Amino acid sequence: MLGRLWYAFEVLVLRRPHLCCRDVADFLMAYLDGELPASQTRAFEKHLAVCPNCVAYLETYKKAAALAKDVCDEDAAIPAPPESLVRAILAARKSAGPGPHDHHHN
Amino acid sequence: MAAAPASPTPTPEWTPQGEASLLARLRRGEDAAYEELVRGLSPRLLATARRFLPDESDANDALQDAFLSAFKALDRFDGASRLSTWLHRIVVNACLMKLRARGRRDERRIDDMLPKFDGTGHAMEPPSPWPDESMNADRREVRELVRAAISELPDDFRNVLMIRDIEGLDTAEAAVVLGLSEANVKTRLHRARQALRELLDQRLREPARANAGGKGL
Repeated sequence: MLGRLWYAFEVLVLRRPHLCCRDVADFLMAYLDGELPASQTRAFEKHLAVCPNCVAYLETYKKAAALAKDVCDEDAAIPAPPESLVRAILAARKSAGPGPHDHHHN
Repeated sequence: MAAAPASPTPTPEWTPQGEASLLARLRRGEDAAYEELVRGLSPRLLATARRFLPDESDANDALQDAFLSAFKALDRFDGASRLSTWLHRIVVNACLMKLRARGRRDERRIDDMLPKFDGTGHAMEPPSPWPDESMNADRREVRELVRAAISELPDDFRNVLMIRDIEGLDTAEAAVVLGLSEANVKTRLHRARQALRELLDQRLREPARANAGGKGL
């Protein structure tokens, strides 16, 4: 934990110009979100230009998030809820009693 | 298995103007308006609940709890966001409450799932690209791997991933729902994504390593 805090200090405060693979992994989200200082963004891109491992890490990091969304979207593509559930929700509202402005129109 | 259609295309009623008109009718207490709200939004809100709570009964309960909370809070809804967005947040909250009520599962520590580096800052296991066939979410095997990996994440980190990357709430909204600072949301999201990458990497590259030995996926 202290080691990681020191890395953060070096990268963000001391603006250490040369990043290592660990820095890329630690600050990847900040880089992708455009939240790194300009000098550190340049250092990031300099590292990515010469490190195929980190390029692979970046691509698979993005792909993991995209796969999670694709799979969850597909899983959740379900038909309309059961009619019994809809009626139960509406009935529960009625049995909770009228609010201050409720008028029951049929 | 053919994929079911995605959440229905929003009908004209779910435009900002349509929602404003519906909100006015809800505030007048019109029964028909409540029915329109429940029938119109239930499909997509139930889809959200099912992402957090795969058990159908739990998801249905969370949806019902969410609607009833929303009905009680309608007078306090200030209209700063869209009605559908507000309800979406209430459903996410209802799901988190249901998950918290269950108590913690035995789970691995997130630090055990993060990439490891040596003293010079190099990865202990250098990353490499994933095989092309592993990138296809249409494949049943890939979907099962991804679902299994997501469920393996510790709850606090899986919830952030679900809320930010899958439900699409922004950092500020996620912070409110989770009761965290925005900085904590960002840190947890990054760790969740890193852990998910590691879990998928182990599983998706195994077939490629197996192929090198002559076995298929």
